[in-house]
Amino acid sequence: MTIDGACVEVLEGDTVLTALMMHRGFAGHSPFGDGRRAGFCMMGACQDCWVWTGEGDRLRACSSPIQDGMDIRTEAPKGLWPIPG
Amino acid sequence: MADPRIIIVGAGPAGTRAAEVLVAAGLRPTVVDEGSRSGGQIYRRPPPNFTRSHDALYGTEAAKARAVHAAFDALGDRITYRPETLAWAIKDDRLHALKGSRSEALAYDALLLAPGATDRVMPLPGWTRPGCYSLGAAQIALKAQGCAIGERVVFLGTGPLLYLVAYQYMRAGHAPAAVLDTSSYGQQLSGLALMAARPGQLLKGVRLLRALRRGGVPVLRNVEPLEVLGDAHGVDGVRFRDADGSERRLACTAVGMGYHLRAESQLADLAGCEFRFDPAVQQWLPQTDAMGRSSRANVYLAGDGARLLGADAAETAGRLAACAMLADLGHRQDARTVARLQRAMKRHARFAEGVARAFPWPHALAAELPDATLVCRCEAITAGELRASVTALGAPEVNRAKAFSRVGMGRCQGRFCGLASQEIVAAACKGRVEAAGRLRGQAPVKPLPIALLGEDGRG
Ligand SMILES: Cc1cc2nc3c(=O)[nH]c(=O)nc-3n(C[C@H](O)[C@H](O)[C@H](O)COP(=O)(O)OP(=O)(O)OC[C@H]3O[C@@H](n4cnc5c(N)ncnc54)[C@H](O)[C@@H]3O)c2cc1C
Ligand code: FES
Repeated sequence: MTIDGACVEVLEGDTVLTALMMHRGFAGHSPFGDGRRAGFCMMGACQDCWVWTGEGDRLRACSSPIQDGMDIRTEAPKGLWPIPG
Repeated sequence: MADPRIIIVGAGPAGTRAAEVLVAAGLRPTVVDEGSRSGGQIYRRPPPNFTRSHDALYGTEAAKARAVHAAFDALGDRITYRPETLAWAIKDDRLHALKGSRSEALAYDALLLAPGATDRVMPLPGWTRPGCYSLGAAQIALKAQGCAIGERVVFLGTGPLLYLVAYQYMRAGHAPAAVLDTSSYGQQLSGLALMAARPGQLLKGVRLLRALRRGGVPVLRNVEPLEVLGDAHGVDGVRFRDADGSERRLACTAVGMGYHLRAESQLADLAGCEFRFDPAVQQWLPQTDAMGRSSRANVYLAGDGARLLGADAAETAGRLAACAMLADLGHRQDARTVARLQRAMKRHARFAEGVARAFPWPHALAAELPDATLVCRCEAITAGELRASVTALGAPEVNRAKAFSRVGMGRCQGRFCGLASQEIVAAACKGRVEAAGRLRGQAPVKPLPIALLGEDGRG
């Protein structure tokens, strides 16, 4: 899979959030400019770990298992309307 | 009634045991759960390709985990199981359930809600830094992903889970830098007599503490957490006041924080159930009778989503609620079985009362939070903004403060800021927290995909 364009090796069964923490150290940026966020609850409750895919879809990193060839972005891909998640 | 339509939300210990009782009576409930596998929170199952044994995953609870998983699997196609399905709204005796991007309205004659709990947290300056997680998250990382939240972890908060997770980290080879408990030794002693209602559980707790001490993990009680230190890239320490009142710093790379649990009660709210303030746990909880009947005729509640009594009690409560449902549907129930289950519930309740006394929610800390502290992670609302909405705008009630400040209106629906914001509103208007009201649940209980297909399937 790729994270922000860089190819990374991940383990089958890991979540997207685990991959992000291993390789990027964070999941996204607070929409209010108060810094980076990296999830908090890991159980799909706090909604602090939403990321983008290259196609502009959004997904919740802690409850999304990694799939082959995933293209994950910590920022909205360029050219998309900034839809708040 | 011919073939009543029964829906259970939650496939944890409570939902599993309820389904089992209903199936044994010849009914066919639909079980809706957001997760991809049954088991719920404590007996969460790892992804199918993980090969760790029950013993490695669940430790002392392995036998129970195995039993609950086996019970669910044995139901097979005698239930309609809908995994990866979010119950996101309840209206007019219909449960709105979402799978992928398709939502369906499922009509029911009887509904059992068993959605469990989430971590209860108290905001702290710096708690949004990458590397600061809830206790539950720290445990999930270890159990479901086989990794620690950091190299040197400080566990901060209070409650049995604080010690349990610290112990599990130590066992997995990541000895924590320290355990910082906001409760005092005296408080912990004062809960002992009630906790003796379940001697086995109590003994487990004592053993756990002893193991931590032997492992050289410092345990500090009666602390006042002040700040999670670090920068935008991560955590590098914690600042706190110790029992003597001296300010101290401790270096670490991650923090796991939590103050026991918070009932996941939004769905009960949407179903129109009445709530009452439970002073022992300082939370608004949906009202039930001794069987798990809510104030709504066809809505039943079981497990940690209704009362925070723990996993064993959740199994008992699930069975009882199913008995109540069956009785109300005209099936005869064995009085002795019901009486036995109710006696067990009483023991669990005593134990839980002891836990609440031993590890109280340090609600007064909310009043002390500096104005600049982010209370709401989702909408980046600070304690100061919330206080201003109370004093300047005259919103002496948490839902009005919410309307002014947007606290609790974010994506998490107040799951993580709701309890603290009630305290902040109460303190700012010098009232009691009950009087500040409770944040009401709203649909959807969790964010829906933007491209939601309509319930007629046309989008
Ligand atoms: C993070 C965490 C860690 C814990 N760790 C421990 C521990 O180590 N030891 C211990 O003794 N206790 C622990 N507990 C407490 C223990 O989990 C509970 O006592 C027990 O799981 C309660 O069982 P339950 O059936 O009520 O709910 P749960 O086991 O929580 O099951 C609820 C189920 O409902 C589902 N659900 C919730 N909302 C929805 C919805 N809207 N739509 C669809 N499905 C939904 C969830 O996916 C879940 O599967 C922990 C709790 C938490 C929150
Ligand atoms: S980390 Fe909380 S929702 Fe993903």
